[in-house]
Amino acid sequence: MSEILLKATALEKRYGGLKAVSGVSIDVHRDEVHAVIGPNGAGKSTLINLLSGDAAVTSGAILLRDRDITSMAPQRRAMAGVGRSYQKTTIFADATVFENVRLAAQAHGGQPLRMFGGVAKDGNVNARAQAAIDEVGLTHRSQTIAKSMSHGEQRQLEIAMVLATEPKLILLDEPLAGMGHAEAARMIEIIHRLKDGRAVLLVEHDMDAVFALADRLTVMADGKVIASGDPEHVRNHPDVRQAYLGHEDGVAA
Amino acid sequence: MNALFQKSSKPILALLIVAMVLPIIAPTYYVQFASKAMLMAIVAVSLNLAVGYGGLVSLCHAAFFGLGGYMLGFTSSDSAGASIWLSLPVALFVVAAVAALIGALSLRTRGIYFIMVTLAFGEMLFYFFHDTKIGGGSDGMYIYFKPEIALGDLTLIDLEDARAFYYVALACLVGASLLIRMLVKSPFGHALAAAKGNERRALSLGFPVFWIRLAAFVISATLAGLAGYFSAAQFGFIAPQMLGWHLSATVLVMVVLGGMSSVLGPIFGAIALLGLEEVLKASFEHWKLINGLLIIALVFALPGGLQQMASLLIPKGAAPEPDLQSMPPKEAVPHV
Repeated sequence: MSEILLKATALEKRYGGLKAVSGVSIDVHRDEVHAVIGPNGAGKSTLINLLSGDAAVTSGAILLRDRDITSMAPQRRAMAGVGRSYQKTTIFADATVFENVRLAAQAHGGQPLRMFGGVAKDGNVNARAQAAIDEVGLTHRSQTIAKSMSHGEQRQLEIAMVLATEPKLILLDEPLAGMGHAEAARMIEIIHRLKDGRAVLLVEHDMDAVFALADRLTVMADGKVIASGDPEHVRNHPDVRQAYLGHEDGVAA
Repeated sequence: MNALFQKSSKPILALLIVAMVLPIIAPTYYVQFASKAMLMAIVAVSLNLAVGYGGLVSLCHAAFFGLGGYMLGFTSSDSAGASIWLSLPVALFVVAAVAALIGALSLRTRGIYFIMVTLAFGEMLFYFFHDTKIGGGSDGMYIYFKPEIALGDLTLIDLEDARAFYYVALACLVGASLLIRMLVKSPFGHALAAAKGNERRALSLGFPVFWIRLAAFVISATLAGLAGYFSAAQFGFIAPQMLGWHLSATVLVMVVLGGMSSVLGPIFGAIALLGLEEVLKASFEHWKLINGLLIIALVFALPGGLQQMASLLIPKGAAPEPDLQSMPPKEAVPHV
């Protein structure tokens, strides 16, 4: 079994009286895609927010390798090796593709906040930005303003930005949402390559994509984990069928 | 990023030459007026680092400006001018320290709340000087002698001479503009603009957004303090009005009028606004009404600011490159 990069134990998030996430433990391994599925309101996005630091945990612990990141702010987790995409595309819409990715590389370069000398001088940062752009297949779009691209391309850009931060753990919150068939196929291919040397946690509604990508599968409902393990095993779990009963997006893809 | 500087440095060079020659040909009154305008232009240029590049609409920059002036007052005596080598660093340090404190508290808020909190802090400083005996209370204080720029007994520059003072003000303006230009082109400046563009993304990439903004705020405030120091020296007088929100708002108008997407735009905003006032004041009784209408008309006609007009006048290749700093014209007005 490959190394566990992320280990979250007994996570709980309470919003007033509402338990959005309760008693969730999850391991994400290197070289694996760990998919989290569940009906709407199951707490999947909240879980990602807890792991990235966008939301603070009420209780529980999060370890990145051996490092306790439970109470770290999002920017410090990013520096520790956690990269994420958002459900709603979160990029610098007015900047070019290259500038978007360059900023990501800059944040993890030698002198991210140098006050003198133009940005063009930092060859290493520019090279890493270009490599990330090439990896997601946006090379020909390098000088395009981000907001003028299609939704699918913007999502690819967001992945390139995450890649340029050289993360150990990548959190993807519904990367296929709102995509057409061809775009989705392309994104699945990109995500498949992401797990190489990294750990990927994927929240997704598209079951074709989930079963095509997942090495490990966790099902959540009402803020709790109801099943976890090998995708085939989970698919046939009675509680899982129960949770999805009456929902349109059935688990039997 | 800045069409005037990058694509066509010739017009800038020409303007600089005009600025160098002006004191030789113009009457003293206009030399003094130009000095005053250039000092306000420093405040506008530095405020734009926070407003235009950082998205931090500060309404307390006059307080930093005024504080710089008061510091000159405190370090001057009634019998001789203060030595600039001591008095200026002290003034800048105090302004920077106060700005760090105000910034650290204000930057916990966003958008309109940031504007309100900076306004409140600015007014606190105003009333601090207005309602206490410090600095002469509401009457303000006189600065009888301008600061001395000397080495031993040798006076290097005599600030009492209007033309010498003019060149010092010009040097400060050029220096401040070059500093801001260096900052906005640097990785720091790009990170600052990124935090303005999408704070959530900037954080999740790992940028310490709070500290970046605080640094920009303090640098911006310190330059405003520099301008205030020399303004107080020029007028020979400092009063609480120099710290008030009215002046903060006026400088903000200069920035918006000049254009927030370039380093030099606010300079033209400052010169245009003060020039307009000067001309209208001499000709009309109700000049403020006409002034207001003209500004509204200008903002409607040139939503990108006066620097937009400059790029219209300067032909080919003068259009700024589309990047993080050059937002579309509609967005060049602060969302308050």
